[in-house]
Amino acid sequence: MDGYAGKILRIDLSKEEILKEPLSEKMCDEFIGGRGFVAKTLYEELPPDTDPFDKDNLFIIATGPLSGHFLPASGKTHFGSKSPATGGYADSNMGGHFGPALKYAGYDMAVIIGKTKTPSYLFIEDDTIEIRSAKAYWGKGSLTCEEMMKKDLGEEFQILTIGPAGENLVKFACISHDFGRQAGRTGIGAVLGSKNIKAIAVRGTGSIPVNDVEKAYAKGKDAFEKVSQKPGFKGWTPEGTAGITDWVNEIGAFPAKNFQTSHIDHGHMINGKKIIERLKITDKGCYCCPTPCGKYGHTKTALGSAYMEGPEFETISLFGGSCMLKTIEEVAYANFLCDELGIDTISGASVAAFAIECFEKGIISADDIGKKVEFSDLESIVYLLNLMSLRQNDLGDLLAQGVKIASENIGNGSEKFAIHVKGLEWTGYECRNAPSMMLAYMTADIGAHHNRAWVLGHDVVGSATNVHDLISAGAGSDKRPKAIVSGKDSAKFVIDSQHTRPAFDLLGCCRLQMMELGFEVENYAELYTVITGKKMTWDDLLKISEKIWNLTRMISAREIKDFGRNLDYPPVRFYEEPTPSGPNKGHCISLKELDELLDAYYGARGWDKNGIPTKKTLDRVGLKHMI
Amino acid sequence: MNLIFNHENCSGCGICKLACSIVNFKQITPARALLRIEGLFPAPGHYQIHFCDQCGICAEVCPVEAIELENGVYRINEEECIACRECVEACPQSVMMIQSENDMPAKCILCGECATVCPRQAIMISEEENVAGGQ
Repeated sequence: MDGYAGKILRIDLSKEEILKEPLSEKMCDEFIGGRGFVAKTLYEELPPDTDPFDKDNLFIIATGPLSGHFLPASGKTHFGSKSPATGGYADSNMGGHFGPALKYAGYDMAVIIGKTKTPSYLFIEDDTIEIRSAKAYWGKGSLTCEEMMKKDLGEEFQILTIGPAGENLVKFACISHDFGRQAGRTGIGAVLGSKNIKAIAVRGTGSIPVNDVEKAYAKGKDAFEKVSQKPGFKGWTPEGTAGITDWVNEIGAFPAKNFQTSHIDHGHMINGKKIIERLKITDKGCYCCPTPCGKYGHTKTALGSAYMEGPEFETISLFGGSCMLKTIEEVAYANFLCDELGIDTISGASVAAFAIECFEKGIISADDIGKKVEFSDLESIVYLLNLMSLRQNDLGDLLAQGVKIASENIGNGSEKFAIHVKGLEWTGYECRNAPSMMLAYMTADIGAHHNRAWVLGHDVVGSATNVHDLISAGAGSDKRPKAIVSGKDSAKFVIDSQHTRPAFDLLGCCRLQMMELGFEVENYAELYTVITGKKMTWDDLLKISEKIWNLTRMISAREIKDFGRNLDYPPVRFYEEPTPSGPNKGHCISLKELDELLDAYYGARGWDKNGIPTKKTLDRVGLKHMI
Repeated sequence: MNLIFNHENCSGCGICKLACSIVNFKQITPARALLRIEGLFPAPGHYQIHFCDQCGICAEVCPVEAIELENGVYRINEEECIACRECVEACPQSVMMIQSENDMPAKCILCGECATVCPRQAIMISEEENVAGGQ
């Protein structure tokens, strides 16, 4: 089947069974790949009510039809499971080189179940699949483990690892790869840890069949050329995602002190320019990426120095804003520590900020924590990151559950400033004056993550605009009026984005050339067509994307008790505490306005008042025979 | 022509390797590429491109003189080659490959496609005459 490697790898760790089965053309046509394969497989194969850490939970690795091909940024790898963080549908993806290597080895997808008796790693080299002892690697940091395995196996192997946090089942443990790429969200690394799998190494030497090699190559070259002509090619790339830091801060959407407010005064000390000045050694690109957002460098702080990739914008906003670290070197050091411990920087920083606010408010004590902690103090942040990742005391055990469960146990009003949706910590955009982006977070299927829909530009300029143009235009006034909440408009913006951005996750390539530079979406449909030989328009892809959006909602509805509208609200802080300072001082979105947003969104999607897809909608989107 | 390598510009994306494999072998895989990129991580934290500089050692070790110099480029004469792999093992940059379909070695013929596709000018084409022997 052109475009695809053609096989699914199935591994039962308990039975030590390894099967290779042909990929079905029907599955490819109906679910495309990547996130679509994850959703379909989870819905059909995950036993309902399985505990995320039960051996029966699935760990899925999926690529897409464009993964590994000659086109811009074809290196995305998708992971899927039942989420330890939310108990619902989970996927998380990463860049790097792993997915293409898996395809070259002959596999579009791997489905892993069961649990090994002892710490192990998976070895995949073309047809050779082995479950090997990880005794030498267990307990090592993610980065250290990758370095050791590269030495042991060879530079040509692509390796993913988990850190001590994944081994310790921390619910926001991540997967690490290529010394700085992570599948960070939903606790997917802890699922691998629960299966006693420390790492997966893959090397592939085979080719992927293509409908017309010469046409596909010419089309790929044309795509690279078009991307290189975009103004953002030279303007956006040097700083990467960190280049948006100043703009987000200036519009008052920057999380500060655990989202107490939305603007910081030290933004100029932690922005993209500072990465170039103080940290960067080299740009570090994912597979076939012409616009590498990865900035690899070295940081030196009073607590230590380290080589690390990043920080990217989200890490800057959470550690530099929510935790209030004042220099890019300190943000980078916290970034490094999260990478080595194997936790998501977004959730890790958010949990640390939550703990500090609890301490400042007298809800938890220095005895509970083990020391006094404060914002803007690297020593406090490093202490807390170790505490939660290594579960060093009772509070560390609690923090390892994420802010939702921690706040439910700690109580005393801490639930109001536990910044999450559905149990997944909120990413780097404060939304008390950004109704569309607020709705995007509320309705994201994995919890409060921005990668499903990014509509902050709509909130600021009223329409879809690529990031490079937004940054270039600047933030405008330093005082912003309260945004007018229009449920109908916000629902449209969010739904459009929720279909567009995840479509890239089906194809197996990165969306940033589209999102940041404005590379037109139609190019991807044309690439799909020339590679697979199957006619596909972008609108066709959007319809499949909508189907999968409904399917992932149904997975969470099945897996989470009392799932529905009640889980689509943001933290109380966002609708009861007007922003105390900065460009959006005095603004917040009321509970009534949030309900207007949800009603409009559910209505536009064809979901009932509780946010569950109706039978009519499931029929319309093509899930009639599945659900 | 010749190739110029600016290692500090390399981001490790591998576009060059995939293009090399497609253009020379019609294979969608970087495993067939006739150049290598080594990631030196975590320290010192940059990339090193390993490439054929037409040094000619492959020709020197060939027991049947199947590798010949033509216009500054060493080329393998597959009719003469006995597939002994001595050239592959002797290549100081480890950038010669065995073609799995016919067991024949392959080496860079300075087609320049890697430079054409590199988005960062890490590999560039120079119009200066290539001087075989790696000088």
